[in-house]
Amino acid sequence: MSKYTEEELKIQLETKEYEYGFYTDIESETFPIGLSEDVVRALSLKKGEPEWMTQWRLEAYRAWVEMTEPDWANVHYEKPDFQAISYYSAPKAVDPSKTLDDVDPELLAMYKKLGISIDEQKMMNNVAMDIVVDSVSVATTFKKTLAEKGIIFCPISEAIIEHPELVQKYLGSVVPQKDNYYAALNSAVFSDGSFCYIPKGVRCPMELSTYFRINQAGTGQFERTLVIADAGSYVSYLEGCTAPSRDENQLHAAVVELIAMDDAEIKYSTVQNWYPGNKEGRGGVYNFVTKRGICEKNAKISWTQVETGSAVTWKYPSCILKGDNSVGEFYSIAVTNNYQQADTGTKMIHLGKNTKSTIISKGISAGKSQNSYRGLVQIGARADNARNFSQCDSLLMGNNCGAHTFPYIESKNTSAKIEHEATTSKIGEDQVFYCNQRGIPTEKAIALIVNGFSKDVLNKLPMEFAVEAQKLLEISLEGSVG
Amino acid sequence: MLSIKNLHARVEDKDILRGINLEVRAGEVHAIMGPNGSGKSTLSAVIAGKEDYEVTDGAIYLEGEDIGELAPEERAHKGVFLSFQYPVEIPGVSVTNFMKTAINESRKATGREEMPANEMLKLIREKSELLEIDRKFLSRSLNEGFSGGEKKRNEIFQMAMLEPKLAILDETDSGLDIDALRIVANGVNKLRSEDNAVIVITHYQRLLDYIVPDFVHVLYNGKIVKSGGKELAYELEEKGYDWIKAEN
Repeated sequence: MSKYTEEELKIQLETKEYEYGFYTDIESETFPIGLSEDVVRALSLKKGEPEWMTQWRLEAYRAWVEMTEPDWANVHYEKPDFQAISYYSAPKAVDPSKTLDDVDPELLAMYKKLGISIDEQKMMNNVAMDIVVDSVSVATTFKKTLAEKGIIFCPISEAIIEHPELVQKYLGSVVPQKDNYYAALNSAVFSDGSFCYIPKGVRCPMELSTYFRINQAGTGQFERTLVIADAGSYVSYLEGCTAPSRDENQLHAAVVELIAMDDAEIKYSTVQNWYPGNKEGRGGVYNFVTKRGICEKNAKISWTQVETGSAVTWKYPSCILKGDNSVGEFYSIAVTNNYQQADTGTKMIHLGKNTKSTIISKGISAGKSQNSYRGLVQIGARADNARNFSQCDSLLMGNNCGAHTFPYIESKNTSAKIEHEATTSKIGEDQVFYCNQRGIPTEKAIALIVNGFSKDVLNKLPMEFAVEAQKLLEISLEGSVG
Repeated sequence: MLSIKNLHARVEDKDILRGINLEVRAGEVHAIMGPNGSGKSTLSAVIAGKEDYEVTDGAIYLEGEDIGELAPEERAHKGVFLSFQYPVEIPGVSVTNFMKTAINESRKATGREEMPANEMLKLIREKSELLEIDRKFLSRSLNEGFSGGEKKRNEIFQMAMLEPKLAILDETDSGLDIDALRIVANGVNKLRSEDNAVIVITHYQRLLDYIVPDFVHVLYNGKIVKSGGKELAYELEEKGYDWIKAEN
């Protein structure tokens, strides 16, 4: 008799193992562990970078050495030993000049397990894939179609060499090297990532997509993403991640910079499903990410994220609304289970007149996890008629998890209008019984309730991503009912 | 249809039902009345399988099958429907989506294919017309911000969609004004047939002016202390429950 009580719900939630926890054995070329100026130089050399790039990295490294790791976030973890990490690894089987058919079959098998069939993606989803496995891009598709419109979409390592004028001008323009501890580290040692440039007035005809993956034992991964939308252009960028199961903690410190020039629009969507650790809280990815975009006149940036993975998350995709009439949006679903900890939110910096921002954050906590929303809405003195609407909802499952909200509001302009709404609710036995009585089993009932709770954000995702995200929510929260 | 034998149930350590016997045949409407705290809502919850209640003795049969050990959803799949006194809210889940999930889960459990979308749409159209429900209402989040009358109408709409064998209406009249009461009662009457049965649980007689019962039972202290025809309801209305209390 599969009756439902809060106790049983808790047990169910705790018995779901990570579905993508496997490890692919690919021969890798890996640097010895440790970080120094020499390692930074060697990394830059290895990638055949020009001198200005090497110097840029060294500047970041020197700044990083002087900085201390921040500890203001509402998360507790053992600080990583940065000298115990290897800062470069590349799957050996890769030769960029080859086609997909020549790619290591084990690698292809790995994508299959993850449900990422490149050909299928190409044909059915109209998505150009730039797949990053352990720091080096192994396959880039659709490049031709994009090139016809003048769109550049390539690994950032390639952009540094092929388009130095763009990279040199914009890299670090939104997230400076010294911005914060992890951004400085990333600037010094970033391995690879994606670069995207949309020319003036061009509407990118497809969703651009990147899948990231951490694979090598003990290898930190430091992605760098730079998206530049020139005046009047539009691009929608998708980023989705999964990672294999590991015992030791893996560090991930990415930096994403978005530049939306006058009248441009960037939609940036993330589904993050890195290994969250096991149910005792062992292992799992540390996800310390800096994501920020700048909006010029009439520009718009939307961040949408579905965060279900990682042991510790520290992430605040932000918008600097510099231009008049610019718009920033942040839509987030953060799910924590077992011992996961998430401290995530956004910063909306209103500098221009008539700037508008919207924040919708949905936190779902289960097990013994802690889920915090941290947000800053800042209205500058010049930002007349700035408007912000924030809504932070928390859903709790069981009695051992926590939900926290830290909204900061700073306004230097009396014409600003700022609204903040917050709710906390719990999945009730009554809700589940009501569903049961209509013939809906408990597992399905929880999925239904969670999806309903997250709907406002799921609706913001591109169609094919929304389906995947919905599945991910179910995987993250449901146990197989015994 | 439904046969309850010597049913005893308790919540925590408190005995609430103390030996209920009830026979409901297909095509019949039974009313269960009684003062507050007599065990009316407990009886409906126990039939539906709510786990807060422990059945300590007796048995519940649906069409001859003992359903006492079945989970609430399994009872639902077999045709038990409970119209809740206090329907719960599920934000972000539309009435339509909820019904689609409920119907398809029932079908899945009984080894049938999911209902095709066009068939589902047709069913929704049919039933919402039958109950005079505005289709806009169906895209709203389940019970969220619904008025008392809307909630109860929504319960009856779900009953129409699921076509249960046994429908239990728990205090469906509470919180309704006279117009809403008439609409809800009309809906129930339209759904009555020779193949299903209805149990109406109510405190007051007024609902029974609209849903006319074949039998009326008086529940007091966890037992059925009096049974009769519809005239019993009028007698109760006139004399109040003190008369029952005095006799027991």
